[in-house]
Amino acid sequence: MLYDDIAAISTPPGEAGIAILRLSGSNVITKVNNIFKPYRKGVNLQEKPSFTMSLGWIMDEKNNMIDEVIISVMRSPRSYTGEDVVEINCHGGSLPARRCLEEALKTGIRLAEPGEFTKRAFLNGRLDLSQAEAVMELITSKTNKGLSLAVKQLSGKNSIIFNQLEDDLITVNAMVEASLDFPDDVGDLDVEEARNLINEILLKIDQLLIAGERADIYRQGINVAICGKPNVGKSSLLNALLRKDKAIVTDIPGTTRDVIEDYINVRGIPVKLMDTAGIRVTEDLVEKIGVEKSRQVIKDAELVIFILDIETGITAEDINIFSSIENLNIIILVNKEDIEEKRISEEELENIFAGFPIIRASVKEEVGLEELENTMENLVLTGKAKNHDMELMINLRQKNALLKAKGFLEDTIAVIDAAPLDCLGVDIWGALEAIGEITGKALKEDVIERIFRDFCIGK
Amino acid sequence: MSTYNAGYYDVVVVGAGHAGCEAALAAARMGSSTLLITLSMEGVALMACNPSIGGPAKAQLVREIDALGGEIGKVIDKANLQIRTINTGKGPAVQALRAQADKYEYQQTMLKTLLDEKNLHLLMAEVEEIIVDNYKVRGVITKTGAKFDCKAVVITSGTYLKGRIIVGDIAFDGGPGNQFPAVKLSDCLQELGFAMGRFKTGTPPRIDKKSVDFSKMIEQPGDNMDLRFSYMSGPNNRPQLSCWLTHSNPKTHAIVMDNLDRAPMYTGTIKGKGPRYCPAFEDKVVRFSDKDSHQLFVEPESRFTDEMYIQGMNTSLPEDVQIRVLHSIRGLENVRIMRTGYAIEYDYIYPSQLKLTLETKNIAGLFTAGQINGTSGYEEAAAQGLVAGINAALKIQEKEAFILKRSEAFIGVLIDDLLTGEIDEPYRLLTSRAEYRLLLRQDNADLRLTELGRQIGLVDDYRWQVYQDKKEILSREIKNLKNITYTPGQEFITDFLNRRNSAPIKDRTSLWTLLRRPEITVSHLVEEGIITTENPSILEQLNIQSKYEGYIKKQEEQVKRFEKMENKKLPQDINYDEIQSLSNESKQKLNQVRPTSIGQASRLFGVNPADINVLLIYLEKEKRK
Repeated sequence: MLYDDIAAISTPPGEAGIAILRLSGSNVITKVNNIFKPYRKGVNLQEKPSFTMSLGWIMDEKNNMIDEVIISVMRSPRSYTGEDVVEINCHGGSLPARRCLEEALKTGIRLAEPGEFTKRAFLNGRLDLSQAEAVMELITSKTNKGLSLAVKQLSGKNSIIFNQLEDDLITVNAMVEASLDFPDDVGDLDVEEARNLINEILLKIDQLLIAGERADIYRQGINVAICGKPNVGKSSLLNALLRKDKAIVTDIPGTTRDVIEDYINVRGIPVKLMDTAGIRVTEDLVEKIGVEKSRQVIKDAELVIFILDIETGITAEDINIFSSIENLNIIILVNKEDIEEKRISEEELENIFAGFPIIRASVKEEVGLEELENTMENLVLTGKAKNHDMELMINLRQKNALLKAKGFLEDTIAVIDAAPLDCLGVDIWGALEAIGEITGKALKEDVIERIFRDFCIGK
Repeated sequence: MSTYNAGYYDVVVVGAGHAGCEAALAAARMGSSTLLITLSMEGVALMACNPSIGGPAKAQLVREIDALGGEIGKVIDKANLQIRTINTGKGPAVQALRAQADKYEYQQTMLKTLLDEKNLHLLMAEVEEIIVDNYKVRGVITKTGAKFDCKAVVITSGTYLKGRIIVGDIAFDGGPGNQFPAVKLSDCLQELGFAMGRFKTGTPPRIDKKSVDFSKMIEQPGDNMDLRFSYMSGPNNRPQLSCWLTHSNPKTHAIVMDNLDRAPMYTGTIKGKGPRYCPAFEDKVVRFSDKDSHQLFVEPESRFTDEMYIQGMNTSLPEDVQIRVLHSIRGLENVRIMRTGYAIEYDYIYPSQLKLTLETKNIAGLFTAGQINGTSGYEEAAAQGLVAGINAALKIQEKEAFILKRSEAFIGVLIDDLLTGEIDEPYRLLTSRAEYRLLLRQDNADLRLTELGRQIGLVDDYRWQVYQDKKEILSREIKNLKNITYTPGQEFITDFLNRRNSAPIKDRTSLWTLLRRPEITVSHLVEEGIITTENPSILEQLNIQSKYEGYIKKQEEQVKRFEKMENKKLPQDINYDEIQSLSNESKQKLNQVRPTSIGQASRLFGVNPADINVLLIYLEKEKRK
C-alpha cells in the first residue's frame, strides 16, 4: 500500500532534553535527506542501512542551520508503521522540533492526523488483530480531542474574528457560485467587491497568524543572544539578569568558551538568554569551536544584545562584530556607564548605530536593566498585535490551515482580473476548505445556503 | 380485482416523462424487451413546466447522457426554438448551452423515437400495483386488470404520485397540466415499506402571445450560431425565436402583499417543501421585500401555439389575483391568461433507500428515477432514467452494475448526492455541487464517457467511429504542439510573437506552452498552418486543455486522492451497531444508508473523520480474520 508522507512531533510538549520528530511514508527518507546536512561529508540518508543514526543539521531553504540533530532511519517493513520511518532527535524545548517540522512540511510532507502513526501501524500489519479495538479507541479519542481543542482554542474573543473569517469566505464563495450557477438572476461577479472582500479576509488571516505568533512568544519564549568583544561584560549581564552566578566571570578574555544559556522572565515572556563566547580570532582550538558555535547562536536568536565597552571606546573589533549582525534585531547596550573616563560619544553612537535602540547601562551597578527589559519586550512584540485581547493559541495544524487559505487567496488576487471565474472558484473554494479543516466542518452546503439567502433566485 | 395475464417483458417502465423515456430506450437498446406505460399518450415527454433544456450543470448532464447513447440531446436539437451559450465569459467549466424547446415538437420527436425502437412497446394505462415476491420484483398490475410479468420495474412517476393541484383556495387531485394523478401506486410503495415524503413545486401562468405588448419589453434573441447538444446532430439551422424581458414593480408587489391571506403558501394549505432555487413569486416578494423589481422572461412555448411562459412568475395565488398581478406589469397590461399558474404537491421516496444503480435496496429489480427520487428538472430526470434503464438491463444480463463516480460525471455527482445528502427540498444539480467541475465540462463529455457507453452497448458503430477519430486527431495535435519548440531569437517565433503583440520568449518554449498566453490562440496556429485540423470541437479541446492546463492538473491531483477513498469498498452486510468506537449518530446513519465505499461514508452528514478511521481499522480487521 502506498501512503503519503506524514510527520509529527512525537514527544510530549514542554521542556525536555530532546524532542523527537517522527516521519513515515514512502518518500520520507529522500525528503528528509534534502533538508539534512550531515556532519560527515558524503553521508546520504538514502544509502544508510536500517537502524543506523547520522549526526548533522536540519537546514532551511536559505541554507541556515535550524538545529543540530541525530537522525535514525528505519526501513519498511521493519519499522513502527511498517513504512519507511525517519526519526529526528532535536534539541529539547518545543521550538527546535517545531522548526524542524516546519522545514519537513515544506518538502511536501503533511502533518499527521491524530493517531495516524498507530493507524498505519495497524493497517500495515505491524499491530496484531487483538489490538484493533484499542487502536480504534485511541484514534477516536485523539481525533475528537483534537477537534474539541480546536473549537476551544477558537472560542472566546478570537472566535469573533475566526467566525467572521469563515463567514466572509462563505460569502465570497457564494458570490462566485451564484454568478456561475444562476447567471440570469445574479449576473456577473462584481470583481471589485470580491477583491475587497478577499483582501479583508487576508487581513483577518494575518491578524490571526500574528496573534498566534504573539501567543507563541508568551508560550514558547524567545532566544536572546548576548554578544560583544571579549571582556565587555557579557557574562556579567547574564548574571545580572539572572541575579545568580551561572557564568564564570574573570578578567581573562576568552573565559567563556561555550554558549551558556539560562531562562529569565521578561514581562511574562520566557526568554532564553545565551551568553556567547567572545567573538575573536583565536588559535585555541576549543575556543575556536566556541566562537563558531556563538555565531550560529547569534544567527538563530530573535534578539541580540550587543554590548559596547565605554572604557575601550568603539574599536575595530566592535565594528567587525557589528557588521556581521547588523541585519538582526539588535539592542545596543553601552556598558560601564559608571566609569569616569567615557570614550564613546553620543555622536559616535548615533552615527554608527543609527536606528537601533541604544541603552546606557552599568551592569555592575545594575543600572539600565529596567530599560533593557522594556526595550526587549517592545522589540519582540513589534509588528505583532498590540491588542491584549488577542490571546489566541494557534497550533501548527491551524497555522498550516490558515497559511494554506492565505496561499489560495493570494493566488486568487494575483489573477483575479485575468483568470476565468470557474478557475478562480477552485482557489476560493480551496481557501474555505482549508478553514473547514480547522473546525472539521464541510462547508459546501453552507455556501449553497448562502446563495439562496443573499440572492433572489428563481425561475 | 380480477386480473388477466397480459404477457412478459424483461423491463417495465412506469411513466413516460423525461426519466421514463431514457430508461425505456436504454433498456430496449441493450436488448431487453421493454414496456413503457404512460398515464396518457399526451403526457409522453411532457414539458410540464419551463420548456427549456440546459443551463449550468444541466447542459453538462445533457452532453453526458448523449455521450452514453441517451436521447435528450438529439431530441432538443430537433425541437428547439432558441439556443445559445450562457456563461461565455466565465470559463470553460461553466459554459453551458441552453435551449428553449418547442414543447409539442419535443413530445412528438420523442414519441416517434420511442415508437421506432424495436424492443420497445408503449402502452397507455395506470399501474396500480407492483408485484413483489420475497423482496423481488415479479411484475405490475394496471388499473384495468392487465398483469405483466417482468424481471425489472423502473418507476419514473414524476410528480404524479398523489398529485394535488393548488390554486388559491381551490385544491384538487391531479397531475401536472390537469392530467390524472397516480394514487394507488403511492400506497403500494408505502406498503412495500418505502419511506415517503411530500414536496411542492409550482408553475407560472401561460399567456396569449397576441395580448402581449412586446414593444415595452427587451428582446433576447438567440445566438444564431450553429449550436447543438448532441455530438451526433447535424447542423442546427432552425429559425431562432426571441425571448422577452420585463420586470415586476412596486404596484405588482403591493397586489401580492394585499392578497397574502389568500396565498396557499401562507395560509398553510401547502405543506410540502418547495425548492429554494425556484421560489414562488409571492415568496420572492415577501423574502426580498427590499427589492422593488424582479425580472420576468416571457418565453415562447411552441410554434404551434400562442401560449407563452413567464419565467420568474411561478405562483399559486388565486386566479383573479394572478390576473391583477400580470396586468400591473409592463407589456402585460392587457394580457390574457391561457393556463392558470398552480402549485403541485406530490409524494417522493427518500432517495437514501436506493443504491448507486438506482435500484431500491430492499426490493431486487425495482428501480426508481426522476422526480419520484426527490429531484427536479428534466435533465436530472433523464440522467437518472438512463442510469436506471442501463442497470435494469445489466441486472437481467447478470452483468456488472454501471456506476459513475463524482470525479467522472455530473451524473455521478447527482446520484451520489441523492444517496448521501440530506434531501429536504426538490434537488437541483448545480455546478457548485461538483468538486471537480473543471474536469466535468460540457465540451469533454464525449471524451469522458463514450468508452463507457460503448462497453455497456449503447454507443453504436457510427458514434464510436466519430469518437475514435476525434480522439486520435486530438492527441496527434497535442503531441505536435508539445514537440515543436523554439529557442529565443529563432526567426519564425520572433516574427510570430511580434505580429501577435506578445513578449519574446526567454527560454526554449513549446507552442503548447505559448498557448497559455492569453493573446495567443489556437486559431493563430491554424492560420500559420501548424494546427491542421479544422474540426471545431477538436480546436475547442486544444484551446481549453492548453489554456487551463494548470488548473486542470490541480484538479486531477485532487481526483487521485479522492479515488483512493472511493476504491475502499464497504461490504453491505456490516452491522455498524457492533463497531463500538463509532459514535451513535454515525452508527444510525451508516446503518440507514449503507454506503458502498469509505469515500461515500465520509460524505454522510454526522460521520466524522474519527469514524472514518475506525471504519478503516475495522475493514483491515475483517480482512485479516
